Amino acid sequence: MSTGEGVLHGVPDLPLALRGPAPSRVVAGFGFWLFLLSDIIMFAALFAAYAVLCSATAGGPNGAELFDKPRVFLETMCLLASSATCGFGTIAMFRDNTRATYLWMGITFLLGACFLSIEGREFASMLAAGAGPSHSAFLSAFFALVGTHGLHVTVGLGWLIVMILQVATLGFQPMVKRRLYCFGLFWHALDIVWIGVFTIVYLGAR
Amino acid sequence: MFGRLSWSAIPFDQPIIMGTCGTIAAVLLALGILISAKGWWPYLWREWITSVDHKRIGVMYMVLGLVMLLRGFADAIMMRSQLALAAGQAAGYLPPEHYDQIFSAHGTIMIFFVAMPFVVGLMNFVLPLQLGVRDVAFPVINSVSFWLTAAGVLLVNLSLFVGEFARTGWLAYPPLSELAYSPGVGVDYYLWSLQLSGIGTLLSGINLTTTILKMRAPGMGYMQMPIFCWTSLASNLLIIAAFPVLTATFGMLLLDRYCDFHFFTNELGGNPMMYINLIWIWGHPEVYILMLPVFGVFSEVVATFSGKPLFGYRSMVAATMAICVLSFIVWLHHFFTMGAGADVNGFFGIATMIIAVPTGVKVFNWMFTMYGGRVRFTVPMYWTLGFIVTFVVGGMTGVLMAIPPADFVLHNSLFLIAHFHNVAIGGVVFGVMAGMSYWFPKAFGFKLNERLGKAVFWCWFIGFFLAFMPLYALGLMGATRRMQHYPNTHWQPLMVVALAGAVVILVGIALTVVQLVVSIRDRRANRDGTGDPWNGRTLEWSMPSPPPAWNFSVLPNVKQPDAYWELKKAGGAHRPPPGAFANLHMPRNTPVGIFLAFFAVILGFALIWRIDWLAAVGLTGTLATALRESWRTDREEVIPARVVAAYEHEQDTLEHPVAPAETCRTRPEVARNDVRITVGSES
Repeated sequence: MSTGEGVLHGVPDLPLALRGPAPSRVVAGFGFWLFLLSDIIMFAALFAAYAVLCSATAGGPNGAELFDKPRVFLETMCLLASSATCGFGTIAMFRDNTRATYLWMGITFLLGACFLSIEGREFASMLAAGAGPSHSAFLSAFFALVGTHGLHVTVGLGWLIVMILQVATLGFQPMVKRRLYCFGLFWHALDIVWIGVFTIVYLGAR
Repeated sequence: MFGRLSWSAIPFDQPIIMGTCGTIAAVLLALGILISAKGWWPYLWREWITSVDHKRIGVMYMVLGLVMLLRGFADAIMMRSQLALAAGQAAGYLPPEHYDQIFSAHGTIMIFFVAMPFVVGLMNFVLPLQLGVRDVAFPVINSVSFWLTAAGVLLVNLSLFVGEFARTGWLAYPPLSELAYSPGVGVDYYLWSLQLSGIGTLLSGINLTTTILKMRAPGMGYMQMPIFCWTSLASNLLIIAAFPVLTATFGMLLLDRYCDFHFFTNELGGNPMMYINLIWIWGHPEVYILMLPVFGVFSEVVATFSGKPLFGYRSMVAATMAICVLSFIVWLHHFFTMGAGADVNGFFGIATMIIAVPTGVKVFNWMFTMYGGRVRFTVPMYWTLGFIVTFVVGGMTGVLMAIPPADFVLHNSLFLIAHFHNVAIGGVVFGVMAGMSYWFPKAFGFKLNERLGKAVFWCWFIGFFLAFMPLYALGLMGATRRMQHYPNTHWQPLMVVALAGAVVILVGIALTVVQLVVSIRDRRANRDGTGDPWNGRTLEWSMPSPPPAWNFSVLPNVKQPDAYWELKKAGGAHRPPPGAFANLHMPRNTPVGIFLAFFAVILGFALIWRIDWLAAVGLTGTLATALRESWRTDREEVIPARVVAAYEHEQDTLEHPVAPAETCRTRPEVARNDVRITVGSES
């Protein structure tokens, strides 16, 4: 047992479970982890649907014909890099370094926007080629799964703007720091989901 | 301008619907006038609507459940009376398209808007009190959860008046629920109201799980938690694991209906059976989301009124967690007839039967708790005993249907209807009623009328057997569910018996209302000044009734399960010294919940009727409300130590009326004021 928490409660050797209500930083983080868990289960349902429907092309194009793997690799790198910069931003936030937080979170935003624009182009080119979600169950499942991830990234970018504004207006209050920390968790979780998408949807397309 | 909405959406030509709407409107108007005349709006707004107090929110969930029980039961009695009439040449009084909406609404309402609010409400009210803490982990989100559930309720009830409800059954199986076969707004009402309330339930599950795992009184390890906390933990873990699947599944059906996707259509590779698999991956855990907390209620009740610790606490915990896990590997038993083959059906059949083992452990634990105890036959105990008898019958018919060949015969028959009502009424309803009469004095400071409570029990108990035993027989004779009319007049006598049962239950529901009115009228005589009317065992009974907003003036220090009982046995702990009270930081009330729900209803309504600009208004309003809330910094208010000390002093000097004789007999020789929890260390 770490003694830090124990000293806080005045009983150093007590197991963590017996120390009474956890500090709000721990409670907020834990609750957000549970939310991420539920979000990942939602993605699991979409992955399951994709796995069932990925061969149901109804005579239309399949993944191997549609996907541009080098472009998706570039897209993936943007998102993975943004996760790293987001991590640096979180460290800067914990050090109360406002300028470094702005810098790293700004880069995170740009990389996330790059990811989205590449994804948007992919969707647009597929729609232009007549391979929209109405064309087959496979394409329905593809657009729903990848689109839901994209929607999450979009929400994440919106959240990031709000957080930067909150840092600017409210400063590094504990509340703002908790939220920025949760944003970091959210952003990393989207990376994990994307690794699933990249592996199963794009690399799995043959 | 108004999408698909026009005057023709209001069914002016349907006297039954218009009469119902007129009655509802009249009742709401009368309520509004009464509240305005009495000047209660500011009080309601301040103390209830904007409240983030888990006790208030819990009570509001219970009220919501009770109101919707009336609505759901109205549907039930319409179905029973239709089937008592519509034999042979007779057509009954409900046309098929209306009857289809009624059974769909009945199932949807009873599960999502009666059983769920009841169970979530009980957990909300009880958990922090039993855990020895001042509120849930996220009080504001708690309020948002409640109001999103209320938003779903509002949309479902709106469908009665504007438009129609789904005619697809309570789970909206495709391809029937696809746009091609259900072009109206009924399925859209169904989907959006359940999406909204589903988000509320998920948030509530996260909130309560965090509360149980991270917010317990000092000294309360996992094996010191009251058993209701354990069963609630299992239930909320299931919410976190199952409700996202429901959201995703409904999301896919919405994409099919709104954006011409092909997840579940018959054409272009869609797979309707995938919907049925996905929905039951949520649906079977949902059964246990409702059941496990009431198992906890029965455990608390049986221990309290037997004057003994729960028999086999550890085995009860193990059985609860076993059910929690097993509930995820049985979903296919809802559709053995899909044709997955003997191996798959065999696996799911056996997995289903295995669930009977931990459930049996629980039944024996309850019986051994009573064995050798001094059992007091109070109203909660009546419900518990009635539950044990009824639930065992329901469990056995469940095991019967877990045998795939038997299920092929009984699938979608009235036998199935009888089975799940047997466990839903005999389990969830009886448990909620037990919980309500058990914890009511804690919430309001006075007891419910015992005589009327027992009358309510007998009505439900007898009414249930009268209403559903005939359905077992009819199911074996070949009567199917969702049947608006039958040619075989030999079935009619049993259908009439079933209607009689429903009428007996109706009397029970009416008596519940009478019981509330009479108990409130006689509240001075029924007052419980002790805070511990039942000679309870857990921490919620260690404080005055109703508890102060902050629950515990000093956080208790827990050493064993049945913490309060142990203290009473030890003759009480010392009073907190005068300096023990600290300033308490409590969350400040906020209207964000009701504002979010307001805009969510607008958004849902606009999407149902395809009114784009209104949807934009709803979405913008929702986002703006959330943003405004996120900039709020006055989230806490401080309750000064002297206020807490003054409250405690007042409680000490308060003259308590004599507790009812029955309670006194078995009470140990300690009054509440002598019993104080040792001063816990607070962070």
